[in-house]
Amino acid sequence: MYQAKIYITLRKSVLDPQGSAVTKSLHAMGYDNVNDVRVGRYLVVDVDTTDKEAAEKQVQDMCNKLLANPVIEDYTFELAEV
Amino acid sequence: MKFGVVVFPGSNCDADCFHAVQAATNEPVEYIWHKTDNLEGFDCIILPGGFSYGDYLRVGAIARFSPVMDAVINFAKGGGLVLGICNGFQVLLEAGLLPGAMRRNDNLQFICEDTFLKVENNGTPFTALCQENQVLKVPVAHGDGNYYCGEETLKELQQNNQVVFRYSDSTGEVTPKTNPNGSIDSIAGICNKEGNVLGMMPHPERCAEELLGNADGEIMFKSILATWQRRVR
Amino acid sequence: MAHQNDEKLKPGTWKEMGLTDEEFQKIVDILGREPNFVELGIFSVMWSEHCSYKTSRPVLNLFPTEGEHILQGPGENAGIVDIGDGQAVAFKMESHNHPSAIEPYQGAATGVGGILRDVFTMGARPIAVLNSLRFGSLESARTRYLFGGVVSGISGYGNCIGVPTVGGEVFFAPSYEENPLVNAMCVGLIDHQDIKKGVASGVGNPVMVVGARTGRDGIHGATFASEELSEESADKRPAVQVGDPFMEKLLLEACLEVIKSGCVVGIQDMGAAGLTSSSCEMASRAGTGIEMDLALVPRREKGMTPYELMLSESQERMLVVVKEGTEDTVKEIFTKWDLEAVVVGQVTDDGMLRLTEGEQVVAEMPAQALTDEAPVYQRPYSEPEYLSEARELSLVNVPQPDDNEKVLMDLLAAPNIASKEWVYRQYDHMVGTNTVVRPGSDGSVLRVKGTKKGIALSTDCNARYCYLNPYEGGKIAVAEAARNLVCSGAKPLAITNCLNFGNPEKPGVMWQFRQAVQGMSEACRQLNTPVTGGNVSFYNETRGTAVYPTPTVGMVGLIEDLDKRCTQDFKDAGDIILMVGETKVELGGSEYLSVVHGMEAKGTPPELDLELEQQVQQSVLEAIQKGLVKSAHDCSEGGLAVALAECCISGGIGAEIYSIESIRGDALLFSESQSRIAITTSENNVAELINYLTAAGVPFTRLGTVGGSNLKISLLDAGCATGRPRTVINLPVSEMENRWREAIACLMK
Repeated sequence: MYQAKIYITLRKSVLDPQGSAVTKSLHAMGYDNVNDVRVGRYLVVDVDTTDKEAAEKQVQDMCNKLLANPVIEDYTFELAEV
Repeated sequence: MKFGVVVFPGSNCDADCFHAVQAATNEPVEYIWHKTDNLEGFDCIILPGGFSYGDYLRVGAIARFSPVMDAVINFAKGGGLVLGICNGFQVLLEAGLLPGAMRRNDNLQFICEDTFLKVENNGTPFTALCQENQVLKVPVAHGDGNYYCGEETLKELQQNNQVVFRYSDSTGEVTPKTNPNGSIDSIAGICNKEGNVLGMMPHPERCAEELLGNADGEIMFKSILATWQRRVR
Repeated sequence: MAHQNDEKLKPGTWKEMGLTDEEFQKIVDILGREPNFVELGIFSVMWSEHCSYKTSRPVLNLFPTEGEHILQGPGENAGIVDIGDGQAVAFKMESHNHPSAIEPYQGAATGVGGILRDVFTMGARPIAVLNSLRFGSLESARTRYLFGGVVSGISGYGNCIGVPTVGGEVFFAPSYEENPLVNAMCVGLIDHQDIKKGVASGVGNPVMVVGARTGRDGIHGATFASEELSEESADKRPAVQVGDPFMEKLLLEACLEVIKSGCVVGIQDMGAAGLTSSSCEMASRAGTGIEMDLALVPRREKGMTPYELMLSESQERMLVVVKEGTEDTVKEIFTKWDLEAVVVGQVTDDGMLRLTEGEQVVAEMPAQALTDEAPVYQRPYSEPEYLSEARELSLVNVPQPDDNEKVLMDLLAAPNIASKEWVYRQYDHMVGTNTVVRPGSDGSVLRVKGTKKGIALSTDCNARYCYLNPYEGGKIAVAEAARNLVCSGAKPLAITNCLNFGNPEKPGVMWQFRQAVQGMSEACRQLNTPVTGGNVSFYNETRGTAVYPTPTVGMVGLIEDLDKRCTQDFKDAGDIILMVGETKVELGGSEYLSVVHGMEAKGTPPELDLELEQQVQQSVLEAIQKGLVKSAHDCSEGGLAVALAECCISGGIGAEIYSIESIRGDALLFSESQSRIAITTSENNVAELINYLTAAGVPFTRLGTVGGSNLKISLLDAGCATGRPRTVINLPVSEMENRWREAIACLMK
């Protein structure tokens, strides 16, 4: 079985109101060297297959179709055998 | 004329739309279960507000894969009238029937209050009875109504007159202060190029009766009926 | 019988579960043997204060619970009151204080979820939620965190499920700093024939678990050690349950559909103590028994023990007893809504709650012993010591302010008086398209579609008064809730309540509790608004200090014809302003003393003459129904001056007021005397209204006229009423509105 760890964040060009709010709070707490925070989603997806390539292709498909919205979001993922 | 109101698991303005359409037009309305794939006999489909599938992944994202949505896409491509309100608008964006996407409101809070909408395009089937530049008072109620699209898309929307409503003040002036959620270009509602699909965040079904203190939303349902009657004749 | 009782209980296990030695002995006597671990857990939770009301029950018996409109009094999931035409309103209020103090978002969210289930389990469709909230001072960062979290939790849950949050109250006082109060009220609409109760009738009928799967949420006593609970499993238990409003929305629709289908015999929410309380209460009410195979209960986690399954407080679950042979129909309906419905047992005739795991019996005890034989305690009570000092107040030492305009502005910006728009803007208060009068008024009003009727709702409690005099405070809580409804043109029908107090083992707290309940009972009798249920929350203390006694009242009223509803806003220039009732020097416990003089909860609170109150309410209601009244607003926190300012702000118009300075000026403006309503009428109707009020024998004063853009208040010397009036307040309405509207948002930035 393969496990995909998927990270979805708003695209750089899109304002991230949650990220801005967290940045502001961190500054208020004294973490002045924090330049930017992006808030996103983290998903762990187990894919029942022994074929790594097939798993990769599937996860990519899932991200494009459902898990991320390409208009505003970017995604990356790591795939590992479990 | 026959209206249909789609019910997704988690829709919660379905009954309100049903009631408002009846009250405003006196035409037949039916609920459409999300597992249906046949829209025969309907003349206008409304995707209501709510939290379809809990909006858990991303607003409107899961509802877009309901069987009924393929039918709605075909219905729209055939020129059928489709109105998406609030969560319905979000589903239309996810389904690709309208361009762009929704983000969290810029103040990160849910906002429920009256807003004023400047009618920027009274040539759509949904605004046909509105005066040019008429201002409607219509409430919003959403946490994710911050409309976004890329620059090119925005240009296209503007050039094709697809921006139907902008958040304004009571006199129709659009300023940053009148924008409740951070939407790009103060956009409250847009239509597709053909004009038969409209998505809007504010809720006209919540202000279609005097008893509720405001009947400004009525005109949209009456416009739909008037357009249909003109088409049939 | 093969009892799983091989592991002997460790001595003192019952103490760790919160039972006394005497209570344990009583259990042994009932069973005729020592209970096993599962049975002990079940007894301990059913005999806890929360489920058994063992301390409060003798006092709660004082409440009047019967009346011609009452279809269901206390003892069920919710009370029900008749509104005519075969329709009724189901309603209930409940606290979620402790969970909200630990995790404000989820605590408040699951509080809303629980109260919604209490109402739709009766077969009613929820049409409104209200919340009564108490926090410490907004100056404190912790309060802001709790306040923000609670509001977004209510918003997150209520908005998603699509039931409008139409009103309630928010009050800030240092007393709630560490222990906020979160009381949620739900109101539902139902046709008489659809009313369902929590009864397990009909021997042989299947018992079904429906909704969410059971996990290890909120199992009581997670801290104590035993053979059955390893350290590892303790780690898996969140202290606070997490709500799933989407699941609840599906559950709501599925339950209402299955109730309509006629398959349901009885249904009950799995609230506190989950499967335990729902099963034994349903059996006990019907005088039957229930047998369940716990191996069949759908679960979220592997390896859950019978103990965990019985005590889990996982949310969004129901226990349903259905007619034999209808199981498949019921399953079909739940499947349609993507929910599970599983038969786990059946109704029996032996009065026992019998639990098995496969073939093996893991617990067996008389259901009625769990519900009805819980111990009852008459706890000692005595007047607490703080009272004499707190009540000490000599007005001679309270200087009258030079600048009344500043006082009024400061009061309008005080969080207890300021607009709560920052709060209700986050609540969807319009979904359902029934909200005729939105939050921010005396009472909220909802229409009943297809009729001319309206339902008016309010929650109320001035806990400062209760702290200084719980008896008067209890009376006032009921009277003011009713007055709020009368101002909207509604006839008050019945109340629910949420009694929030400290540790009842302290005689002082027990005294407060008794006094408050006595006061409330008396007011309920006089105003003919019986109690249909509610909830008691004790142990609201931090480091040994109790919160103000806070007996919150939630009231339901009926407007027969919505065309005759009334709102608080001043309408038209030239309208005449009257005040019904009398203003006395009653500054004790006032917002004015707290905000302007820094005297929080000092002195004796206003007194309430119940006969006068009833007269005032009745005459104003009749005058509204006769069409003589254009606006009506209750005078409460901040007194007459604040009430008039609120009428101006909501109407967007000014007023000119003249009053004889018969008592000290600050009392005239800011005293919180009870039984007062500011009303307006058109010039054409003023004579008729005055005649009517005179005939009714209620005291009233003519105050002035609506108009202009300022609120102008002038006082006339009592000794020389013909002399030059002295203008003490002259403020633009827009300026007052800005301060009032922005205050809380500014503090929360």
